[in-house]
Amino acid sequence: MNYVFQFGTLLREWPLLLDGLLLTMRLSLTAMVFGLAVGTVCAAASVYGGKVLRGGVRGYVELIRNTPFLVQLFMIFLGLPVLGVRLSPDTAAAVALTVNVGAYASEIIRAGIESVPRGQIEAGTALGLSRYLVFRHVVLKQALIAVYPALSSQFILLMLGTSVVSAIGAEELSATANSIQSRTFRAFEVYFVVTGIYLLLALFFRETFRFLYRRWTRQT
Amino acid sequence: MIRDFSYSDVLILLRAAQWTVVLSLIAFVGGIVLGIVIALMRTARARLPRVSAMLYVELFQGTPLLMQLFVLFFGMNIIGLPVNAWTAAAVGLTLYTSAFLGEIWRGCLQAIPVGQWEAARSLGLPYLAQVALVIFPQALRIAVPPTVGFLVQVIKSTSLASILGFVELTRAAQLVNNATYSPLLTFSIVSAIYFALCFPLSSLSRRLEQRLAASGGKPQSVRHLNVAGD
Repeated sequence: MNYVFQFGTLLREWPLLLDGLLLTMRLSLTAMVFGLAVGTVCAAASVYGGKVLRGGVRGYVELIRNTPFLVQLFMIFLGLPVLGVRLSPDTAAAVALTVNVGAYASEIIRAGIESVPRGQIEAGTALGLSRYLVFRHVVLKQALIAVYPALSSQFILLMLGTSVVSAIGAEELSATANSIQSRTFRAFEVYFVVTGIYLLLALFFRETFRFLYRRWTRQT
Repeated sequence: MIRDFSYSDVLILLRAAQWTVVLSLIAFVGGIVLGIVIALMRTARARLPRVSAMLYVELFQGTPLLMQLFVLFFGMNIIGLPVNAWTAAAVGLTLYTSAFLGEIWRGCLQAIPVGQWEAARSLGLPYLAQVALVIFPQALRIAVPPTVGFLVQVIKSTSLASILGFVELTRAAQLVNNATYSPLLTFSIVSAIYFALCFPLSSLSRRLEQRLAASGGKPQSVRHLNVAGD
């Protein structure tokens, strides 16, 4: 083994890595927020909705959960333009990530909604709250607290999953690693360092989620 | 040169799907063997194996699979092994699978009451016999549903080997699409093939989980472990 490790060349590329990191953060946060919204709506639809609505959500969730994210990404980035919807790599990435995490979030939140005791709903109704208010303040809140750990680990996996969108040329962290290595030929060093950045990012998200959980549950 | 999408393209995709299956099986079998070691190390009483297995799991669960594959791919070159997308993918997916299965099974092993370990020890059984004769048969019951569920994850994860350049189903789809320019049709067929591979397994996992829950066992859901971007 006569390979000389050169991490120095990487240091000069920090602005590029920072740009990549920022896009990774932006994509992750966008998909988390919208994925949570999609997941909540779908979960509500699959618990309270009629037969058609329930079937639709079931189909969406099963389709997403049983096909690879990469194929979903290609479908949206390469397939949609045929139908006249042309998206930039960044937008296509955000849409694909949202659609993907929405399906997983929907399953998790549905389990949360089903875990809320009937008595809670009856108590809310007895207080004169409308069906929507009961859902919003009684059911959803408790459901989200119950599934918070599952949901936050799903979100961390989503953050790690954003590395896949480099395949369509969205310039996030992994893609910057690709372009740095093609210019400097220090492939191993680049990927090693970027992997380390992802590890720190995962730890950062985990601690942030824990912190938010403690604050959130203390208030309620 | 753009040609029409034809029946032979479907055959190309189906043939490539065989490599997806082979890669999944290698990763799954390798992951099971290594995963058992990880799970035992994680539940060991000695500190060193416990901590090192924990770091292993943290490392593989806390970084993107794609980056793991790249590090392996280029790292093999450094230690003098031939660089080859197939080996990098097979090794990478095996390590990744073992970390997740090891963590799932740790939960299953820890769900077995301590009294069972104590009883086995008081019978004078050596460690491996305690594990093999007393703990495993009980842990296996609760371990099967999430393990089958994770196989779905493994199949989907093999699609990342396409980024390394290994021609499995997803890479074949890209190649067919480049030649025929019918992305909707190509990726719909590919989605259908993945779905046909994964859906029976995820349904089976769910059924097993329900049966286990009905029989009073603790269901160990891995649903929250599913990788969003596999």
